Amino acid sequence: MSFFPASFNCMLAEATTPAVHSGFDTRDAFITTCFLFACACFILSLKWLSAPATARKGNHIGALGMTAAVVGALLSAGIVSYTWIIIGLVIGAAAGIPMAVLMPMTHVPQRTALSHAFGALAAALVGTAHYYMDFARVGTSPLIMGILALEVLLGALTFTGSLMAFGKLQDLLPTRPMTYKGQNIVNVSILILAALCGVFLAIWPEQQWIFPILIVLALAFGVMLILPIGGGDMPTVISLLNSYAGLSASLMGFVLNNKLLIVAGALDGASGFVLSIIMCKAMNRSFVNVLFGAFGQVASSSAATTEKKNVRSGTAEDAAQILEAANLVIVIPGYGMAVAQAQHKVREMYDQLTRRGVDVRFAIHPVAGRMPGHMNVLLAEAEIPYDKLVEMDDINTEFPQCDVALVIGANDVVNPAARHDKSSPIYGMPILNADQAKTVMAIKRSMNPGFAGIENELYFSENCMMLFGDAKAVISSIAKELADGQK
Amino acid sequence: MPDFSSHLFVFLLSAFLGLEVIRRVSHMLHTPLMSLTNAISAISVVVAIELAGQGHSTLGKVLGTLAVICATTNVVGGFLITERMLKMFKKREVKP
Repeated sequence: MSFFPASFNCMLAEATTPAVHSGFDTRDAFITTCFLFACACFILSLKWLSAPATARKGNHIGALGMTAAVVGALLSAGIVSYTWIIIGLVIGAAAGIPMAVLMPMTHVPQRTALSHAFGALAAALVGTAHYYMDFARVGTSPLIMGILALEVLLGALTFTGSLMAFGKLQDLLPTRPMTYKGQNIVNVSILILAALCGVFLAIWPEQQWIFPILIVLALAFGVMLILPIGGGDMPTVISLLNSYAGLSASLMGFVLNNKLLIVAGALDGASGFVLSIIMCKAMNRSFVNVLFGAFGQVASSSAATTEKKNVRSGTAEDAAQILEAANLVIVIPGYGMAVAQAQHKVREMYDQLTRRGVDVRFAIHPVAGRMPGHMNVLLAEAEIPYDKLVEMDDINTEFPQCDVALVIGANDVVNPAARHDKSSPIYGMPILNADQAKTVMAIKRSMNPGFAGIENELYFSENCMMLFGDAKAVISSIAKELADGQK
Repeated sequence: MPDFSSHLFVFLLSAFLGLEVIRRVSHMLHTPLMSLTNAISAISVVVAIELAGQGHSTLGKVLGTLAVICATTNVVGGFLITERMLKMFKKREVKP
């Protein structure tokens, strides 16, 4: 019985529609079938996404499952008018299509953050509506009310948190970590207060005045939580927000007796969780450290005092000559490539070099860029075959044999300080061993340390040549040099 | 609470299934994975639809419609952009 989407149990009881309560009618059976089918589709969808060969099939079956779920929902017995449903569906589709079709691939992290915000907002709105329509009037068990409060709390904090992340990724807000004294105490206090509101509501659900306080506290907590997060931690935070959005959908399933929501939400929650663990491991940090550590505050002061060291800088022509003579070139892309939108120029250079028989591979650090897999999508957009993109553990053994390591807008992921400098904030983080290459070339705008304010000793090493300038401009002149040289 | 315990079973099973399945997802597909799970987690569209269509509460209708808009944006946008990204992943060059 409980598989039926009898979301508005109490409400329907008041409405006294006997047909709905007479047990097994065909409509209910059909809806249940739709929802079961959707569950199966979602699981298959994620399974098929595991490899590029089946990934598209996975996406299609996911969409099929979602269609079945929506059809099931549209047939629900509680619906008396379709006007607002259709208006909602049309507006939603009208907003979603351009966001997906027209947006440049470099904006994927922003879009993802924004969609986490939408998903969480939807969950929070449904939870809120359900509270006022139902629990506030007729009450419920403390357990269910507690879950609803937790669901709304998670939904609301994910909403503002994701909006903050969007603002930082879109450069509407400063990307630097924003910190102040006692920040963690303030954050934890807000969270505890919100949790207390939830407990009160669980015990006295009829105390309606507490509910708005809970929402305001949760919204505020979302903002405060993301303030101290810097750009480099975005991959972890986006994954974590992904997980929260899924979890709140799942919790809603508990409240509304809908197992489809529980399954789909749990899958999403698990996905975000796995991704954030991978991201944390790739930075050798813990969740707590990412959320409350305010990365990059420590080193900025020490970096300023460093004495002037010698840096060797070269021109695109020098770079082209060295690259041309190489056997194996490993390219290390980072956020700088994304910002400069240099991926297509990288492709031109890749073409020029492969034409000369140079083996060009790409080393992808898990946290390169602003979200998990960010570099892969950009390079795939530039039509670089994905078997040339190699993960960190597999490529690290190849650096000693490689002639040139070309660093494009990456910084911390190639900083050897992570291996030996215990005072460095990135100490212990697994890095790409670019320093072991015969020659290192690093494309950088200037010698200013990156957002984290950490000096990178790689740039001062004997075998390193700096190419100063915008990543796109530098790569494009290298590609041009290579093309001219061939004539 | 027989309902609650069966829900908990479903939750645990699907969470562990999710962990197992997603651990196998290739690192290079992490961005499409995120946009796909994002579309799937907009499953709250199902309850939002019921809320927007019921005739008992205006508040429910308003919040429900807003939730339908938000969730549909994610559903439509999520699957479309995942498709767009996955189309780009090619193993060999398809050069004329």
